[in-house]
Amino acid sequence: MTLETFLLLAAALFCVGLFGALSQQSVVMLMMGLELMINGVVVAAAGFWFWVSPGLPDGQVLVLVAITVMALEMAMGFAVVTALFRARDVDMTDDAGDLKG
Amino acid sequence: MEDAAFWVLAVLAVAAGAAVFVVDSMARATFALLASFLCVGAELLLIDLHYLGVLVVLMMIMEMLVMAVFMVMYMMNPAGLMPMTMMHNARGAAGISVALFAALAAGIFAVPWPERAGRPPRDPTFALGESIMGPKMLVMMVIGIAILATMIAAVVLATHRGRYGDDA
Repeated sequence: MTLETFLLLAAALFCVGLFGALSQQSVVMLMMGLELMINGVVVAAAGFWFWVSPGLPDGQVLVLVAITVMALEMAMGFAVVTALFRARDVDMTDDAGDLKG
Repeated sequence: MEDAAFWVLAVLAVAAGAAVFVVDSMARATFALLASFLCVGAELLLIDLHYLGVLVVLMMIMEMLVMAVFMVMYMMNPAGLMPMTMMHNARGAAGISVALFAALAAGIFAVPWPERAGRPPRDPTFALGESIMGPKMLVMMVIGIAILATMIAAVVLATHRGRYGDDA
């Protein structure tokens, strides 16, 4: 266990999540990709806290913020998907291109 | 011992994360994501972050159970009865992800990381609590307001009348 291996795990999780966020058609699956990316951020922040500056609590606070962001992202994402589905019967990214261009 | 646990959990976390986009049912994908989060929670426990590790484990169990309900609602392939692809441009996305991972990995091993400053406190949870109730209280306040705003916004968006009222 070193900082490098921890960051490697974070990078792997982030990239798997990025693949999902880019490739999934369903908006809900896309959100799972985003969650995995934030998961990587949590691991990286925890690793930096432990191996770079364990004396200060800043890294832990960053982990706390990232976990909160994860929960809020899911809540808002589902609210938006529900609103979109109600209004237009759409739950696919390809059909929800209103903000494009 | 800890090293072995780290590697096992790391491989499991990434494998479960990859399984999210491989399995053909969105309910199964939710539980694969939960497995990935649980492994990450256990990784945090390994580096003395007991409170945050347990927080991740408990929160993600709840979050994924809620998510499973929504997954069933929006499932594209219920119980594998309507086999279909859930991806678009998978090759491009895989290319971008692999390239980014290679770049990040190169950076991780090329950057001279700073020396470790200080030692972990005897009780990291106590240090965290003291800082968010003291010098880092602004963070806690912003988190609180953000959660409140999210609750209101999510309810407004999800109610039947919607964002623009009944006549919209």
